[in-house]
This record gives sequence, C-alpha cells and structure tokens, in this order.
Amino acid sequence: MIDQRDILKTIDMIARQNLDIRTITMGISLFDCVSDDADVCAGRVYDKITARAKNLVKTGEAIENEFGIPIVNKRISVTPISLISQGCENYVKFARAMDRAAHEMGVDFIGGYSAFVQKAATAAEVRFIDSIPQALSETGIVCSSVNVATTRAGINMDAVKRMGEVIKESAELTAAEGGMGAAKLVVFANAVEDNPFMAGAFHGTGEGDCVINVGVSGPGVVKVALESKKGQPFDEVAETIKTTAFHITRMGQLVAREAAKRLGVPFGIVDLSLAPTPAIGDSVAYILEEMGLETCGAHGTTAALALLNDAVKKGGIMATSHVGGLSGAFIPVSEDAGMIHAAETGALTLEKLEAMTCVCSVGLDMIALPGDTPADVLSAIMADEAAIGMVNTKTTAVRLIPVPGKQVGDYVDFGGLLGRAPIMPYNHNSPREFIARGGRIPAPLHAQRN
Amino acid sequence: MRAIVSVLGQDKPGIIAHISHALYEANANILDITQTVLRDEVFAMTMLVDLSAMKVSFEQLKEQLDAAGEKIGIEVRLMREEIFKSMHRV
Repeated sequence: MIDQRDILKTIDMIARQNLDIRTITMGISLFDCVSDDADVCAGRVYDKITARAKNLVKTGEAIENEFGIPIVNKRISVTPISLISQGCENYVKFARAMDRAAHEMGVDFIGGYSAFVQKAATAAEVRFIDSIPQALSETGIVCSSVNVATTRAGINMDAVKRMGEVIKESAELTAAEGGMGAAKLVVFANAVEDNPFMAGAFHGTGEGDCVINVGVSGPGVVKVALESKKGQPFDEVAETIKTTAFHITRMGQLVAREAAKRLGVPFGIVDLSLAPTPAIGDSVAYILEEMGLETCGAHGTTAALALLNDAVKKGGIMATSHVGGLSGAFIPVSEDAGMIHAAETGALTLEKLEAMTCVCSVGLDMIALPGDTPADVLSAIMADEAAIGMVNTKTTAVRLIPVPGKQVGDYVDFGGLLGRAPIMPYNHNSPREFIARGGRIPAPLHAQRN
Repeated sequence: MRAIVSVLGQDKPGIIAHISHALYEANANILDITQTVLRDEVFAMTMLVDLSAMKVSFEQLKEQLDAAGEKIGIEVRLMREEIFKSMHRV
C-alpha cells in the first residue's frame, strides 16, 4: 500500500492548503462552422459547442467526486471568432451564441471572442474589435482577447491605441457591475494557443477538433512547504518548490488523462501555473513573503518571483507528458489576498508589478485603476507590457479595469474568483503624443532566428 | 477499482468497527489497513479497499461512509487509489 504519510500529506494539501485543479478547459474548433450568413454561422457555433461539451461538467464533477480533488472551474475555449466570422457583419451574434451555449452546458467561462492583429488588422477585424465592448456587456460569461504583438511581428501600435479605448468602453458599458466587461478582456503579446486559463483562453489555429487542457494550482501548498525552510539558502528553496510542483503537476496530469479518456477527446496539455484565489492561504504573494520579504512589492520581489517561476516549471515539467499554456506564476492583484494587501498598503505599485511581469508567466493582471484614467494611459501601459513580451520572447497580458466612478482609495468587488481590488494610482505624466503616432514598433533583432 | 479510505479524528473505541461495517454492507473488500495515533490523540487510519464487487455506486458508498463517520464524530474520505499513486510514485 502507499505510505500512510504520503496519503495524509495529500489529504492535508487538499483539505487545508487549497490544492485544487483550477480548470478543465475543453478546446473546440469552430472552423467547420464558417458561413457568410451570421445567423447560420452563429447557429452552427452554438450546435458545435453544445454537441462537444455536453458531458464536460458532468465528467468534471464525477472525477472530482471519485478522486477527491476539487476541480474549481470547467471552461470552454473556441477558435478565435474573428477567424470564422470575417464574411459576416454582426459579430455580437456570435458572442450571444457562445454565451447561450456555455450557460446551457453549465460551464464557468467561455473564451475565444478573440482577434490576432499583431502586424495589422483587416477591415473585418477592425469591426470585430469595435464590437468587443457591446459583446462583453450583453453576455455574462464570454471572455475576449486581442493579440497586439509578437516577437516575430513587433507591436501593432494602431491596435494598442484602439484597445485602450475598447477597454474604457467595455468598463463604461458595464459600469453597474464595477466595469466587469474589462475584467473579461485581455490584451496579449505572444498569446499562446492552448491556454486553459481565462480570460485569455482560445482554441488556436494549430489545434485539432477538440482537446482537453488542464490548469493546476496550489500556491498554498508551496507556501506551506517553504515554511519548513526558514533561513535556508535559495538552493534549498528552489529544490522545495520543484518537489512540490512535481507532486501538484502529477495530479494535474492524472486528471487531464482521465477527463480526456472519459470524454473521448485527446489530452492536450497541463498548464503548470500557480494560480492564486482570494482565499486566505492561496496566495502567490505569501510565497514571496515566505522567502523573507516583509511584504510583496519590497525590493527583492522580482528576484523571488523569478526563482519561483523557474522552479515551478522545472519541477512540473517532468511530471507531465505535455506542458503548455502559460505555465508559471500568476500575479493577478484582485485574485490574491497577499497582493491585495500589498497594494492597499502602497508596498506594491504598478511600476513594481511591471518589473515582476518580466519574470513571471503572464503580465499585469486584474489591476483596477481610477475610472477617469485616459485611454492613452491604458494604451501606454499595454505598450510597455507588449515590449516586455516582445523583447523577452514571452507571453505578456494586460487586464486593466478602469472602474467607472471610482478613485484611488476606493475598492471594486467582482466576487468569486475575480476577487476584490483596491483602485491603484498610475503615473499622471501624459503619453498622449506617443500613443497618437500609431504604426508599428519593429520586431527586435533576435526575432530573426532563421 | 481500488480506493483509499482515510479516517481522521479523535481516538475512541469503535472507529474501525463502524467503518468496516459500512464497507462490508457495500461488499467492498479491505485489502490493507494502517493506523496510527498522531499528536494530541488524533487517530489516523488508511485502508486500501477493492471495490470491484461493490453492490452500490461510488457515490453511495461515499455517503454511507460519511454517515458512519458522522455517527462517531470523525472525518472519512473515499478517494480512488490512482491520485496517491500518481502524486507519490514515479
């Protein structure tokens, strides 16, 4: 029999350290739904999603029950809608079809109201991007993303400029819910095709018809493991994180394989991310503080996060046959009790968060700003993040919420996994003329690798 | 299918009797038992059980074990064996 200590350790991780599978995400290709009639195409989208995902939630719950491991979210990602709808005029119909299908399937979110404009946008893509605020305000659980930069293409600054306005419009149209529309919208550099996490999940063009991707979590487990390593050198810290990440990922691999088998769908990847939740004890910031920082945001935070991000990947990579998605540590401010606290006390600033995104898996995530933040400031924050992603050949994402009617010192509460965030101050020196230029920032020299 | 029954709670007489009775009623076969008293008289028991000839569903057995645990004030979990194997064995 398995060693009793190992059994009790696993149970303790689940029961007291918030270990869970953050999401089982089913990716569904919509390429076979194409039509130049929006009603026909959106109808096919609805039919395809409901046909493929009809057993997703039931299967997730059965696995949860038998294996005793919580699966927090069941989600769907689809082929970017802008790729299948370019012959049509009314894009919001697609968002409504996605929303209706997702609600009927009982999933938590559906992602893929997305466009790829890193080099330039077609006329249809421009109209598609224009439709995002309305799509997000008229639907409940649809998520949207726009890729504005890649290491190979550079940064499309026209798209960056427009996305600043789109974020503002999305927040304003959902003002009654604290600007929730903007919380469902991600702007990417180097977006990945198999990400199971929201709001940036979509089913990439290189994917098959249907796939199961799994995102693991467990910052609480890493934090507890480090508690026994107080004062020890970083070599020891890195080893402990690697061992813990290995255990967590093995569980993710098991659940992913089991879900894929039961649903009769290929297994795609395990995303080795440390994704926090607002629950106490489920925080990435607390891991950094456990390494010896008074508060997350103190000098040293970037180095601590770099070690964490690297060790999670090294530990997890041996535990699964296919690693993918974003894989690393997430730092969404509103979704992490330690980050919220650090932002409240002023220890964690936007500038420090930007530095942290150079070494973590994603970017500036779930950051609430004053409602009157100008669109060009949002665009400039995006441009900075896109530059970090482009130059470092990594994914960066920006999810900013300019909360209508709120000022620094106020709070916004989105509830559930999206959490609660203090409104953070931004640098008031204007980037207006910089953003007004438009055009493209060329790809860096090291993009030319052939 | 094999599963692990784990029991955690204050040590008291009758824990094994109650849990094994619930397993017997479901026709689950106990393959192995380990028990320890941890710190502060916290009792921990793990059982490896074979559920291949089980007369009830996994869900029903879980409910019956929960009910047995509740009666004597202890925490009982039923989880498939693979979760522990995958986490702790390469």
